[in-house]
Amino acid sequence: MPIYIVAEECKGCKLCLPACPYGAIEMVDGVAVLTDDCTQCGACVSSCKFGAIKLERVEMCDVDTSQYRGVWVVAEVNDGRLADVTLELLGEGRQLADQLGEQLSLVLVGHEVEPLAEVAAAYGADKVYLAQAPELERYRTGPFTDVITGIINRYKPEIVLIGATGMGRDLASRIAARISAGLTADCTGLEISVEDRLLYQTRPAFGGNIMATIVCRHARPQMATVRSHVFLKPEPDHNRTAEVVEVPVSLDEKSIMTRIVEVIKENVDAAANLQDSDIIVSGGRGLKKADNFELIRDLADAIGGAVGASRATVDAGWIPAYHQVGQTGKTVHPKLYIACGISGAVQHLAGMGSSDCIVAINSDPSAPIFEVAHFGIVGDLFEVVPALTRAIREEFGG
Amino acid sequence: MRIIVCIKQVPDTTEVKINPETGTLVRDGVPSIINPFDENAIEAGLQLVEEHGGEVIVITMGPPQAEQALRDALAMGANRAILISDRAFAGADTLATSYVLAQAVERIGDFDLIFCGKQAFDGDTGQVGPGLAEHLGIPQITYAIDIEEVTDREIQVRRLLSDGFEVVRTRLPCLITAVKQLNEPRMPGLKSRMKAKKAEVEQWTCDCIGALADRCGLDGSPTSVMRVFSPTRQVEGERIEGETAEEKVCRLIDKLRDAQVL
Repeated sequence: MPIYIVAEECKGCKLCLPACPYGAIEMVDGVAVLTDDCTQCGACVSSCKFGAIKLERVEMCDVDTSQYRGVWVVAEVNDGRLADVTLELLGEGRQLADQLGEQLSLVLVGHEVEPLAEVAAAYGADKVYLAQAPELERYRTGPFTDVITGIINRYKPEIVLIGATGMGRDLASRIAARISAGLTADCTGLEISVEDRLLYQTRPAFGGNIMATIVCRHARPQMATVRSHVFLKPEPDHNRTAEVVEVPVSLDEKSIMTRIVEVIKENVDAAANLQDSDIIVSGGRGLKKADNFELIRDLADAIGGAVGASRATVDAGWIPAYHQVGQTGKTVHPKLYIACGISGAVQHLAGMGSSDCIVAINSDPSAPIFEVAHFGIVGDLFEVVPALTRAIREEFGG
Repeated sequence: MRIIVCIKQVPDTTEVKINPETGTLVRDGVPSIINPFDENAIEAGLQLVEEHGGEVIVITMGPPQAEQALRDALAMGANRAILISDRAFAGADTLATSYVLAQAVERIGDFDLIFCGKQAFDGDTGQVGPGLAEHLGIPQITYAIDIEEVTDREIQVRRLLSDGFEVVRTRLPCLITAVKQLNEPRMPGLKSRMKAKKAEVEQWTCDCIGALADRCGLDGSPTSVMRVFSPTRQVEGERIEGETAEEKVCRLIDKLRDAQVL
């Protein structure tokens, strides 16, 4: 077992007891002892002030990969609903699981989230691992890492998929480091190599200039994060059912190092708007300064679209980050994408290249954006964009 | 306070050009810079030290030429710089990198805070910071947009989320990752640059930090790159010509209408 307590170093302080989400530590003759319920999640290790609890790493080459079976998706719950990216991953995970001839499971961690198990079933899950506690109401790195690591260690999936969201990136890296698993960020393609059961994980590298396919040959599980809107949300089938495996956990607020002081919801509409919008008008460095985003907003308003932005403009502080389209921003595929003053760095193209129709307006005829644009206008955006706004308003009376 | 800032030297991707014939990266002559988010991490450390006293130690794992990034950080005002460099580290993925950084941090010892950028410009994974925090067994606060309060024992930070903000409070020592909006990194003057040129950059090897060779570099990396290829793009684009902006715009609208986009 990779976790053990050195009896001679244990002072009997009992600090580790409430730190264990699985209630798997008992006091025997004044010394802490791990019981059979231990999932080796690692939560107790940092709770011991005396370094008496040791976590030994499993060598990668020693991992018996055949013990790890099935495809998992880790759920992200927002305001009592499964996040879009979770549903999309259930769709993709379903296909991977079918190719492997294995089950698809959802790991559902939160407070009073049980009703979501039915939703997961409708979207393709065969099984739901359900861990609930009031302390898990809102995502926090520590308790979520402990609980999910415990479930992974006990049930041993071969693939774990997580949304590449703020939560998913924070959580996946932490779990992967704890169990020495391989983790690939921001995958845009997932494929099973059936003969060796490896997950081929394809992602953009060097800012999307090249694509790289990553594999994890020895360590398990194979973990990957995927951004929202990379895969399509499947059609729900409400006749499907899933087996619910309840994972009893008990947490103690005092043992959790981080507390949430305040949550400020903002820009939800704008952020959602961008990815759901049929038309997006985006501005880039060619706008020259923050005030000129007004031109983009005017056009978006006239044409009934949302406002997007390149990374350069967000980094310059011209516009908030939730407008950012691209590899590190949002992936979008609207019916019409109008890129104004965007040169078309591959990072940007990675986020909007699959739009149905792309219009580029740029003064530089050799800008890479023209290579992906269906219609290109070489010209000064300060003339073309207002002219387009006027013309649209005249034509469509917007 | 003792604050450790982890930085990475990256190619200035805004300068990266694509060879139009081969579709591959032209990296020759592309300057190397400090990963931009790491500059925010350095700035955050410097500001805290200015307020509370102490020192900023900047570290990087990388090839010998990464020393320049450390000198840039010294020019900004960091007190000490350590280059962690060894052939054994080559080919490290994020797990092996975070292990090496953790070993180095433990050798430095007795720290209050670690700052990292939220992710590197070239790899864009954002995995090393949390991985490092995990190896050290300390809490993490990612996507920090404002350091609201620092006491002897605790820190309160505002995090940037996709749908707003979250204010969290945690125990020290902890690890924080910086977003661009956290601060405005200072531009070092000529004098500071000259001074940094001559300053000492400590060189630590695999042995120095007591890292196990099989957990470093390729051997310590569970993931490996199987193949790389150019992204495929195939669009038969059409240039809309015209004498004036108005003319071009009219033609564009016609085209969009024909394509049933509008």
